[in-house]
Amino acid sequence: MDFDALLLSRLQFAFTIAFHIIFPSFTIGLASFLAVLEGLWQATGNAAFQRLYLFWIKIFAISFGMGVVSGVVMSYEIGTNWSVYAVKASPVIGPLLAFEVLAAFFLEASFLGVMLFGWRKVGPKLHFAATVLVALGTLTSAFWIVSANSWMQHPSGFAQLADGTLRATSWMAVIFSPTFPTRLEHMVLAAYLTTALSVGAASAWRLLKDAEETESCIALKMAIGMFAIAAPLQLLVGDASGKQVLHVQPAKLAAIEAFWETRTEQPFHIVAWPDRAAVGNRFEVSIPRLGSWITAGDAKAEIKGLKAFAPQDRPPVFIVFWAFRVMVGLGVAMIGLGLWGAWLCWRGPGPQHARWFLRASVAMGPAGFVAVVAGWVVAEVGRQPYVIYGVLRTADAVSPVSRGQVSVSLVAFMVIYAVVFSVGALYILRLIAAGPLAPHTEAPMGDGRPPGYALAAAPPEPEAGA
Amino acid sequence: MTLDLPLIWAVLLAIAVLMYVMLDGFDLGIGILFPFARTPTERDLMMNTVAPIWDGNETWLVLGGGGLFAAFPYAYAALLPALYVPIILMLLGLILRGVAFEFRLHGRTRGKPFWTVAFSAGSLIATLAQGLVLGGFVQGVTLKDRAFAGGGFDWLTPYSVLVAAGLAAGYALLGATWLVWRTEHELHGRARRWAWIAGAKVAVLLAAVSLATLFVHPRIAARWGFEGGAFDLARLAPLLPVPALGAAGLVLLAVGLVRRAHFLPFAGALVVFLSGYLGLGLSFFPAIVPYSMTFRQAANPDNTLALLLAGAAVLLPAIIGYSVWVYWLFRGKVGADAGYH
Ligand code: HDD
Ligand code: HEM
Ligand code: HEM
Repeated sequence: MDFDALLLSRLQFAFTIAFHIIFPSFTIGLASFLAVLEGLWQATGNAAFQRLYLFWIKIFAISFGMGVVSGVVMSYEIGTNWSVYAVKASPVIGPLLAFEVLAAFFLEASFLGVMLFGWRKVGPKLHFAATVLVALGTLTSAFWIVSANSWMQHPSGFAQLADGTLRATSWMAVIFSPTFPTRLEHMVLAAYLTTALSVGAASAWRLLKDAEETESCIALKMAIGMFAIAAPLQLLVGDASGKQVLHVQPAKLAAIEAFWETRTEQPFHIVAWPDRAAVGNRFEVSIPRLGSWITAGDAKAEIKGLKAFAPQDRPPVFIVFWAFRVMVGLGVAMIGLGLWGAWLCWRGPGPQHARWFLRASVAMGPAGFVAVVAGWVVAEVGRQPYVIYGVLRTADAVSPVSRGQVSVSLVAFMVIYAVVFSVGALYILRLIAAGPLAPHTEAPMGDGRPPGYALAAAPPEPEAGA
Repeated sequence: MTLDLPLIWAVLLAIAVLMYVMLDGFDLGIGILFPFARTPTERDLMMNTVAPIWDGNETWLVLGGGGLFAAFPYAYAALLPALYVPIILMLLGLILRGVAFEFRLHGRTRGKPFWTVAFSAGSLIATLAQGLVLGGFVQGVTLKDRAFAGGGFDWLTPYSVLVAAGLAAGYALLGATWLVWRTEHELHGRARRWAWIAGAKVAVLLAAVSLATLFVHPRIAARWGFEGGAFDLARLAPLLPVPALGAAGLVLLAVGLVRRAHFLPFAGALVVFLSGYLGLGLSFFPAIVPYSMTFRQAANPDNTLALLLAGAAVLLPAIIGYSVWVYWLFRGKVGADAGYH
């Protein structure tokens, strides 16, 4: 393999954005969860909701910080590494990314300060409003960024001028490109699922130690409620997404399903070893006719195979095929976990006493993150060799930077991210292990309102040698 | 009526970058001053003065990058590859210091000192990198067909290093005067001393950078009245208020420090920054990629700029409104118990 600036830039972009998306997927859901917790606490006065809120806000603050710093990288990397793409795409999706900053990032960043540090500066109502605004900010940023990405996947509402530059002809068609609604639903559901599974896993972990911990019991039931509903919905939305792919990116669909021949009654490959060089599957286990039925809703439908596309227009098949199976496999497991949890809530002494369910919930904790990254890999790698589908090839989009520069920056990103994100994960896991009842290290609250946890929670730094 | 959209956006973007420099400037400055704090408690206090607002401050940088991408893509696409190394350095520095705000709270015996160093080093790296970006930018970027066509290290010259040093002193000054304003007792006294030292360095470096700037490109010298060995006072005269503003800022700073005022030194430091910014801006305007691309050549078509303007017209006033409110909310001296006020 030739490690030129193009390949290195692709690796660097994939690495940094895969890291970035891990945090939004968690903070989008967590912000909404916190808003619900604070709302319930203010409505019911139940101190358990308060403790849960104060517990999860710490974890939120850490994840949000990592989301911010990894996001700032993304907004500059589009220029440092994909300058040709930037020039080409900007007249059309420039405003979408700018609106994300203006409508979402400022809102999140400003009210996050109030949410974390404003306890005794604003009343409970205003504090709740700040939490809700942060949650809205995260959803707004999902709106704009997914809108931009949907346009790249299936551009609409634009014209290409004689000099090759693009012009928007209809802003509505640009912002609401045909695949955007499904993608946005799929992404927001993915974020909610990721959060629900993480909250469920953290609570289950506590309950395995002490089945009577009220807070964890409440949180577990809330999590079950969320993923029991969101996981089946995700299957429906994902299926709709797949049917769209069939129409707008047939080559991607063929890669997702490892179809090589164009034919009716395509089989469904449960597992396969697609090989681009061999132009076929080296190995496959299939169910006849199911492939056509799943992708087109009709077992007799004719579906295009990869051979219908010129070799240079075929996306990498192996990665796309397997990433898709990881995502869908985890999605189905989530549905199973949801059904199991719902059944336990409905019957018997409750999920907190079902130890196998608790263990399964802990095991499924990271599933959302994995499925999200796998989903994006399906979408983005499946879009290759284009970066703007049908308009601009990835190979033509790269910046005039040298191989040496990109190799060094890639290694630097890997090292710094490895340190920063493993330490962040460690701190989050430590908080989770201690649980919502861990004694607050901060000063006692004077006026019945909760303390901001800020620096009060920090242990003393050793004087000597610090 | 037709609006001159590229001009409007050039001005808006210039304001966004200025906002960034002044706002994130003081919180980066606090990181630069971290090693000079006497005790861990002092460091906690210093950080506490900016903890609720730093994220909002940094968002102006995202707006700077995002706005350049959205309004002037040719400039975005030429500058970022040209300044690849310092930009990546800046991002890495910002990562280290950004996470330190949270991580310092959760680190234990080894973690906390580590993130203290990371905060400080990250702030300094980000600042120096921004200085190198600025220096590399002012000195000019080699283009061909509106795309970057120079070498990967063109930005690294004595001039850009001088600018980086100047910016570090400047941010330290902003940080120190911010602390004078927002802290009390011992730390307040120490911050006052830092402000004196940083102020002196800024005065020297600002003069040095201003002079050096005249020599980096004949275009700049001509703008300030020096052309072909001759000097034209008529050209310099209208620009004189800019250095005068800088001098006034330094005087304000000194008077504020002598009189033991609390807010005045910070205001003085902001005025110094404003003058430096205007001075540089006027040197290369209307170039957006010095010295071969003007902002008009870099701009997006009018329909894109118009949509952007419609959005900004609604959203910017709201942003300014709630940002001011948040600053107001966290006004006043930050004492030892700040975290849970
Ligand atoms: C579906 C959601 C989503 C996706 C696909 C992306 N982001 Fe993101 N981003 C968010 C959702 C988000 C967020 C939820 O709004 C974050 C995460 C945590 C946070 O602080 O805000 C965020 C933070 C964040 C920030 C910091 C904002 C601040 O300073 O407060 C920047 C600059 C970006 N992102 C930029 C990008 C770019 C350029 C992307 C793609 C190329 C991208 N993000 C993909
Ligand atoms: C956050 C979720 C996302 C993830 C995990 C993700 C993942 C990826 C991956 C893995 C690649 C590399 C594909 C390859 O080279 O084979 C890629 C490419 C790219 N994506 Fe995304 N992507 C995401 C969202 C976005 C968004 C929202 C945008 C723009 C608005 C975007 C713009 C790009 C660009 C410019 C490239 C580089 C060109 C290329 O290699 O195709 N991505 N992304
Ligand atoms: C349960 C069955 C699921 C199906 C049938 C499904 C289907 C799909 C399809 C076809 C795509 C590609 C869209 C495109 O490339 O245009 C996709 C993308 C994606 N999936 Fe899934 N998915 C499922 C479950 C999940 C789960 C459980 C998650 C995460 C928790 C998830 C997260 C994502 C993400 C983040 C993307 C990329 C964004 C997008 O293009 O919409 N998916 N999914």
